Amino acid sequence: MKFTTAVFLTAFLAFSIGLFTILPWWSFVITSFLVAMGIHQNVGKAFLSGFLGLFLLWAFLALVKDFANEHILSIKVAKILPLGGSYWVLILVTGLIGGLVSGLAAISGSTARKK
Amino acid sequence: MRIIPFLISTIATTGLVFVLNTPLPVGNSKTPRLGYFLSPQQGFWQNAEASNTSFSGDVKLEGLKGKVDVFMDERLVPHIYAQTDLDAYYVQGFIHAKFRLWQMEFQTYVAAGRLSEIAGPERLNIDLFFRRLGMVYGAEQTMQRMEKDREMQATVDAYTEGVNAYIKSLKPEQIPLEYKLMDYKPEQWTPLKTYLFLMYMSYDLTGSGAKQDLKMSNAKNFLGYDAFDQLFPNVQDSLDPIIPKGTVYTKPSIIPVAPKDIDSPYLNKTSISNSVEGPITPNRNNGSNNWAVSGSKTASGRPILCNDPHLGLNLPSLWYEIQINTPTHNTYGASFPGSPAVIIGFNDSIAWGVTNAGRDVLDYYEVQFKDTSMQEYWFNGEWRKAQLRLETIKVKGKPDINEYIAMTEMGPVMYDRHYKSDSSHPQYLAVKWTANQAGSGLKTFYKLNRAKNISDYQSAIADWSCPGQNFAFASKSGHIAIKQQGSFVARWKRQGDFIMPGIDSTYQWQGIIPESENPMVIDPQRGWVSSANQKSTDSTYPYYLGISHNFPVYRGVIINKRLSVMNGITPMDMQFLQNENYDVFAEMARPVLLKNIDDSKLTTSEKKYVDILREWNFRNEVTAQGATVFNAIWDSLEQVVWKDDFQKAKSPMPWPDGSTLLDNLLKNNQYRFADNINTTNKIETVEDDVMEAVKKAAVYLEELEKDKKLDWGIIKDTRVSHLLQLPALSRLHLPIGGGKNCVNATTTAHGPSWRMIVHMTDETDAYGVYPGGQSGNPGSKFYDNFIDSWVAGKYFKLLFLSKENATKNEKIKWHMTFTNG
Repeated sequence: MKFTTAVFLTAFLAFSIGLFTILPWWSFVITSFLVAMGIHQNVGKAFLSGFLGLFLLWAFLALVKDFANEHILSIKVAKILPLGGSYWVLILVTGLIGGLVSGLAAISGSTARKK
Repeated sequence: MRIIPFLISTIATTGLVFVLNTPLPVGNSKTPRLGYFLSPQQGFWQNAEASNTSFSGDVKLEGLKGKVDVFMDERLVPHIYAQTDLDAYYVQGFIHAKFRLWQMEFQTYVAAGRLSEIAGPERLNIDLFFRRLGMVYGAEQTMQRMEKDREMQATVDAYTEGVNAYIKSLKPEQIPLEYKLMDYKPEQWTPLKTYLFLMYMSYDLTGSGAKQDLKMSNAKNFLGYDAFDQLFPNVQDSLDPIIPKGTVYTKPSIIPVAPKDIDSPYLNKTSISNSVEGPITPNRNNGSNNWAVSGSKTASGRPILCNDPHLGLNLPSLWYEIQINTPTHNTYGASFPGSPAVIIGFNDSIAWGVTNAGRDVLDYYEVQFKDTSMQEYWFNGEWRKAQLRLETIKVKGKPDINEYIAMTEMGPVMYDRHYKSDSSHPQYLAVKWTANQAGSGLKTFYKLNRAKNISDYQSAIADWSCPGQNFAFASKSGHIAIKQQGSFVARWKRQGDFIMPGIDSTYQWQGIIPESENPMVIDPQRGWVSSANQKSTDSTYPYYLGISHNFPVYRGVIINKRLSVMNGITPMDMQFLQNENYDVFAEMARPVLLKNIDDSKLTTSEKKYVDILREWNFRNEVTAQGATVFNAIWDSLEQVVWKDDFQKAKSPMPWPDGSTLLDNLLKNNQYRFADNINTTNKIETVEDDVMEAVKKAAVYLEELEKDKKLDWGIIKDTRVSHLLQLPALSRLHLPIGGGKNCVNATTTAHGPSWRMIVHMTDETDAYGVYPGGQSGNPGSKFYDNFIDSWVAGKYFKLLFLSKENATKNEKIKWHMTFTNG
């Protein structure tokens, strides 16, 4: 239960702070940190819920944009980056990058907490 | 708190964020900031435009006088209906920015020599070149003059406000994709940027002289004047000029006098000038076709006007279609994102189109300074003061660079000790260029947008100074006309073809040809007017038009040939003519080649290619192998004929034109330059050269055939490239025919950038297409959606609607309203 809550709270807060687009793109580091600090789990679970929260959020947001766009842009960007022109890989990479940053922030949050 | 794990994970988080927030070097370029770029709420995903996006909406704009309605049709062409002209230009600025902001700004960065500011030190060469050429100076001159014209100033100001209103409305995540890729942000638009953009067009259309005069000087010095004059003659045998041959010209009001000492220091000067290669050189094929036929030759009895400007093919396209409707005018056509009004188009009464005049309006003068401080220069027996102009170039990640450019009466000193034209000894070269002198900017187009008849047309173009253009005209009242207009220097023969001495008045320009003496024809007997960048007149015109090298011959020949036999013409016939792939140069050159080929001396493989050439129908179609063979043999022939004569030249110089070689081969078989000067025991004939060319070409053609590249469309490999040259954002390998000597002048990266046909019936019947799309966003389906039609030679019927019809036309998909607020 704690785990699921942490995942959804991470995603929700990251999305919310992300609505303020004048803030830097990595502002979710703070929310992911706070969620991990607030919801006590061991380091492994904290990382995983932090990771999943952003992975799911970013991959989902990207997916919604991409399907509405009929992959016009993602295929081009996946050639520039270069990811072989695959929109699936690009969505996956998008999720991974967000997830990784958030997961690390969650470890910090989890380890910052007094025992 | 577990200190050590906490520290480690915090450092790791910070480190990762730092890396993802930094552009990383990959090869020669840098990645975007990956975390930012991939962030779905901020990065490129935000530019992925939903395919069912609605472009309707209500926009509040501060300072609008009344309500403006914009109806967007299914091709995303805006139809603007405003109560005042200024409101219309305000909204045009807003709409241009909404769909083309990055491109608009990027083009002005190029023109202003500011690329290093966004792209880093690799682009410094381009920036230096444009700064030193006086691009910013020229834009400032025109702006200052236009600010005295209240109507034009108000127009450009309204447009600027519109662009800025859009920029202000942009949320950070909405900025165009390319800003995110290159990691910078849009800045405020200014009237100067509009003039910088127009200056860039002047450069693109007249700036080839910036390199050509230096190269021609090299060639003249290397060859000696007599040989030079044979290889770069002022005569073109096949010329069919814009103004029909036999037209009688009035006496010239200026008779330019050549300096007395012209033979010694100018024409036969022997010092070597080694020229710096310009980093961006205007394409020599920057040209165009336009023509208008009178009602006597059309099925409807009404004139038809056609235009297809040939320019570099880029995405986002240089052009943006638009209709502007106000109480003073109702105009449709292609506009330049970055500039108000319509540039090529039509209104309720007239239509107009432009091609490049190609006249030489840029000269170099060698300046003598007292010392290296460049503060005083020798002119007419005295030391004159030169101003030093400071140009500061910002460089991304590096300190600013300050360039000091000496300004003389002749113009900016482009090349000096610091920016060298010569590796061996310093030469001070000032650029005198009509584009650097205050022009009338947009006024001509502003007036053409509103022109009602032929006298309005004449008055609109009378002030046009640079780049010199051939303005074709047709009206609903049944008139057609064409005029070559610009500030053209009254030159003595060969004036300005080479670097000129700048120590006194003798080599200076002696006047600008009066506008009334520029070549023009109204309602000619033959029933049509046309231009295709060829020389505007025959040799009876009393002024020197400049070196023939500037004027391609063959498109003009084929257009006039076709038009002369066409009758009962419909817009459909004109579509075919604009897409005509017939190569008249090949038609003239093949007999010369075949006459000199001895089949018995060929191998089977060589013979096969000669047979392909023999059977070819002179059409540069996508699958035509004959076109590939012809071009390979002709190119080899040029190599064989010229290489030996030019190989010892140490400085860059052009080879003679194809038309010069062909004219000479048609005339005699003993062409002096056919001899290979490296073989001392033999004098090669034309036949020897052609046979050698066939053998060389066959080797190359065999390679092509092995790779299945023998088809003309495959070897030509036409593409429309994104302005940043990113293949993923470009359209490559387009199956389109044509070539530089065809009406369909499509080459690899260059070609008809806007095809337009206007039939002047009561209800205007117009067609158009350009290789791009209305949206500049690579994430939009409107980014490149016209390209396939363009490739196929298909057109869109242009919706030219009154406001009442716009509200109910089924092709109108979206409605935007703009109100003050």
